[in-house]
Amino acid sequence: MAISDVQEYMHLTDEEIEQLGRELDAIRKDIEESRGEKDAAYINRLIKIQRGLAVAGRLTLLLGTHSKRTRIPAAVAGSTLLALHKILENMEIGHNVMHGQWDWMNDPEIHSSNWEWDTAQPAEQWKHSHNYVHHQFTNVLGYDNDIGYGILRMAREQKWHPMYLGQPVYNALLASLFQWGVALHDLDIERIRKGEKDPKEMKRQLKQIVRKGRNQALKDYVVYPVLAGPKWRTTMAANAAANLTRNLWAYVIIFCGHFPDGALHFTEEEIEDETRAEWYLRQILGAANFKGGPLLHIMSGNLGFQIEHHLFPDLPSNRYAEISVKVRALCEKYDIPYTTGPLHKQYGQALRTIIKLSVPNSWTSSDQPEPPTPSRTRKRKSDDERPSRIKELGVWSRSKSTERKAS
Amino acid sequence: MSGTIPWERVRRAGDKLTTPLLPDDYLRLLNPLWSSRELRGRVEKVVPETEDAATLVIRPGWGWRYDHKPGQYVGIGVQVDGKFQWRSYSVSSAPRRSGRTIAITVRAMPEGLMSAHLVKGLEPGTIVRLALPEGDFVLPDPPPEKVLFLVGGSGVTPVMAMLRTLDRRGSMPDVVLHYSSPTEERMIFKREIDELEDKHEHLTVHRLYTDTDGMLELADLDELCPDWRERETYACGPGPMLDAITEHFETTGLEEHLHLERFSLELGGDGGEGGTITFRNSGKTVETDGATTVLEAGEEAGIGMPFGCRMGICHTCTLTLVSGKVRDLRNGDEFGQPNEPVQTCITAAVGDCTLDI
Repeated sequence: MAISDVQEYMHLTDEEIEQLGRELDAIRKDIEESRGEKDAAYINRLIKIQRGLAVAGRLTLLLGTHSKRTRIPAAVAGSTLLALHKILENMEIGHNVMHGQWDWMNDPEIHSSNWEWDTAQPAEQWKHSHNYVHHQFTNVLGYDNDIGYGILRMAREQKWHPMYLGQPVYNALLASLFQWGVALHDLDIERIRKGEKDPKEMKRQLKQIVRKGRNQALKDYVVYPVLAGPKWRTTMAANAAANLTRNLWAYVIIFCGHFPDGALHFTEEEIEDETRAEWYLRQILGAANFKGGPLLHIMSGNLGFQIEHHLFPDLPSNRYAEISVKVRALCEKYDIPYTTGPLHKQYGQALRTIIKLSVPNSWTSSDQPEPPTPSRTRKRKSDDERPSRIKELGVWSRSKSTERKAS
Repeated sequence: MSGTIPWERVRRAGDKLTTPLLPDDYLRLLNPLWSSRELRGRVEKVVPETEDAATLVIRPGWGWRYDHKPGQYVGIGVQVDGKFQWRSYSVSSAPRRSGRTIAITVRAMPEGLMSAHLVKGLEPGTIVRLALPEGDFVLPDPPPEKVLFLVGGSGVTPVMAMLRTLDRRGSMPDVVLHYSSPTEERMIFKREIDELEDKHEHLTVHRLYTDTDGMLELADLDELCPDWRERETYACGPGPMLDAITEHFETTGLEEHLHLERFSLELGGDGGEGGTITFRNSGKTVETDGATTVLEAGEEAGIGMPFGCRMGICHTCTLTLVSGKVRDLRNGDEFGQPNEPVQTCITAAVGDCTLDI
């Protein structure tokens, strides 16, 4: 069932929901006032480790692949190091820096306005499609383009079409080519297909994607293999494996954020006159966490705390663990469901939904607690059709060129 | 770095290996100074000058230019509690083309958290951010034939750079230095000035200890330096002292021969009229009055505003004004052309305006 009024759905009184909002605001204020030297040291150390991994990986492949004896071990080690570097950069560093989580440091080298991440999608487009569209309209049908990414059918309310029979295959393709899927995300291919996209804007975006994607591909598939000399094939394969590993990992983590069973969808009635407190509540109901140790959380960009991330997208990710204790207590107090589970279970549920929804609704049973609302054809919305923006979602900017030139 | 190696091209080629980052982003992990993305420097020495003042000797990294003019100031950004705080200080060392370090001298102000941190809390080895030298309070080359320096307290720092330059170039003209300090112990560079006075016969120094002898009365100038009207005068010190000097020179019609350096921002005038400021990218808006700077308004609204010196000299805070009008609180200048860059720390809204952040 897609929810049209979160307050009514949770049976909260006006006073209760406003109180919940105030308590969440207080958690936010607490963190804002206590961020300091330790947090700055955390992100700086992580960046150092990640860049160290990159250098170590490239050097291992460059130097280790020449002798017959070390070729295979060097390829495996180099590829692993590179995969770790890419995962850390994309998940815990890039994604979070671009949310503005570290803007408070006033350090132009670690700032959402000019960070460019190590993946094919240009940062500017990511900040629009993710920070703005996804984080403001989280799980609202027709508004949040992250529900299935325009390729998959992830809600029973989305109309079935025979095309969706291929869903398990699309899913596998999306997982292995994830960085390219993400790169095209902000283009909104569905709108292009319907001829609703402004051609000028489309051209501008495409140019950006081509430029960034070309540099990314050149680096991994031309420049480093050429430098490796006669063993260029080994280096190319190792780089491809590192990209594939990062793609699969990022895909799994991201699919655990909003597709496990407990994460609910909403109708557009919900966002009419939505208050800040109701927005908070929608974020809790629409997101799902997963459990794990500190290392798993760092490798997944602390998105195991998806609920906390959605409540406070611009607070430093290293603080989500402590925030989650307080958020959980609040959820218990107000009897709000807090979706979490082990990673394999969360992903398993997402995968099952992908498979089930590839066929018409009547063939399968719903895993959500309540029956789905009747499906409606909903066109995806353009920016002009969306309600005005609300604050604290992290910045996105269109004007500043995020490209850097060697100075 | 000039010569046979085309560094620019080497680095551009390096880009292909490090994209989307720059080679500098990796090199600075080996040595923090090996990056020109943000100017930075390493504190080599902290030399105590008096009880509450110290000279920081800083070695700048890549991208620095050592050709500052004597009297100019630099911006220095230090991470305090994880956050970069910026201030500007006069360079006290003389410019040297072959130089490897610059020196700034800082006095810890009561309630000045940053200055206290710089004087007492900075360890040698600390990496700081730098901004290139700026400022019009400079000694021309060649220097005027007759010079009068009117200096109060830590206002001596830019003048010290000038004196050192004159000393080093061996071009010391006829100079009178009037230097006020609360006490002898708090007089920064006392010994060096004594030595310079011994060395140069055309350098005359008057020392005034204001705790015991009272402030400089400008009416006494005729007695202290009878030919002051013929001299180019450079004054640096506390605001009230500079105000008095300005007034004195204006009444005698000599303001063209007076050069001033003010360190503290004095927001004068009537301010802007206030209005609603919209921050375009986040869509946040905030109502302000005419006395609140755009920077303060943005911070109040929770925008991650870039900021630096907060006194209108470092330009770190500059943002694009998309529409509307702002007024410079220092002098009342108005800025309102479409897409005009404005310094947010010293401007206030005049009616509704929109900023690109």
